[in-house]
Order: sequence, then C-alpha cells, then structure tokens
Amino acid sequence: MKLSLIINKINGTQLAGDPLTDNEVEYAFASDLMSDVLTVEKEDILLITGLNNLQTIRTAEMADIRYIIFARNKKVNCDIKRLAEENNMVIIESPYSVYKVAGILYNLGVKPIF
Amino acid sequence: MHLIYKIQGGNFSRAGNASSEVKKILKQLNIEARIIKRIVVALYEGEVNIVAHAFNGVITVAIDTEKITIVLTDNGPGIPDIEKAMEKGYSTASPAVREMGFGAGMGLPNMKKNTDEMYITSEINKGTVVTLINYLLP
Repeated sequence: MKLSLIINKINGTQLAGDPLTDNEVEYAFASDLMSDVLTVEKEDILLITGLNNLQTIRTAEMADIRYIIFARNKKVNCDIKRLAEENNMVIIESPYSVYKVAGILYNLGVKPIF
Repeated sequence: MHLIYKIQGGNFSRAGNASSEVKKILKQLNIEARIIKRIVVALYEGEVNIVAHAFNGVITVAIDTEKITIVLTDNGPGIPDIEKAMEKGYSTASPAVREMGFGAGMGLPNMKKNTDEMYITSEINKGTVVTLINYLLP
C-alpha cells in the first residue's frame, strides 16, 4: 500500500521524511508500549502510536521502523521531528484514534504482523 | 574495538543515545542487519533500565571478529530477586518510566531473547552488572 494513499485516508499531516512518499507499506503494528514494539522481529513495518516522546523515535530506530503515525491528534515537537529526520523516518500526525487509523489501514490491505 | 558510554540516571531525553551510537558503528562495520537489530534492541532495553532505575552507569562495548560483548554496569538500588525480575510482567518502574512507554516488565526477558548469552549480577544498594554477548559468526 502506498504511503501517500495512507496519509490521505487518515487525514494525516506528514512532518518528516521524503515528501513524495511513494514508498510501499506492507505491515503495521499499533502500540503505546515501546517494550512491545521492541519485541517485533519484522523490519520495515509502520507503527501506529499515541505516545509522542523521544523514546518513540529511539525505539523505532532500534527496531528498524521507518514509518510512524502519531494518532489521536498527538502533536510532535521539534526535538522529536529532528531526531526522526536524522534517522530518515517518515512521521505523520492524524486526528483519528489509534483504533480508527488501524481500521482504515486494515481495510486498505495493510497486514498485521500477527 | 572498545567503546565506553557514561549513562545518567533519570535523564530520559538522552536515553538511547549510546545505543544509537553503537548501532551506527555496527552498521559501518557491515555487520548483518538482523544481528545488529538483536544487539541494539537488547542494548537499548539495558540503557533504558539504567536511566529508569539507577543513579548512573557505564556501558562498555567490545567488538572483535567473533563476538560483541556489552557490559552495563550501574550504581543503583540493585535487583533483590533476579529470577523474579526475569519474569515477564514483573516491574518496579516508576510512573515516569511508564509514561516513556516502558516499565511493563518486558525489558530483561526481551534482552535475554535478543542475546546469545546474558549474565546478571547484582548487589542491593550498590548496583547491577548485566553482560550481553552476541556471536557474529553462525
């Protein structure tokens, strides 16, 4: 699934990363618990979360996650944005809840990891 | 190659900086991505543990052609019951740690899962030493 279409369907705003976002996303995972995210073995997944702090980006960095959607209208500050940019990540804000974002992505055919 | 990082307890804004540096170096050394991920996930959990529980700590990383040995040494409260601390879901983390997305009692088990060998020694009111070993060759 094209990231640009995902951004459009979740009413998202892209804050960091390649503006073309022609990248394809195959798998997604939703969690506010970073310890859970760190147990995910699959790489290159999209993370949906409501946890907006630096540790979200650090966790994504360690877990080889390049796409993050901050759901339920959580705003990303400039430190988070800068760290995401340093790590070549795409970060997106959405006004929708984690549940709604996950539902939309599931309907679009983005697969769960388990 | 031998790397040393000083870690400050309680400073969540810097938690993960050492792990990030190590990841960049391992990438430069062309180590397989799957092995790098295992090492840095375990290291990052350990680094967060020092920030979350200890006053301060030191992480040393020794890299040779055969293996990577990481030793995390902290000055802190120590772990009274290591066996219990290794149980999934057991945690003594503060609300501040939980707000960071940690403190669910998954750190130590996940560190064990991502390393080939892991050793913990701890002394109450003194500190904890965690050794992580990952082999680079099959």
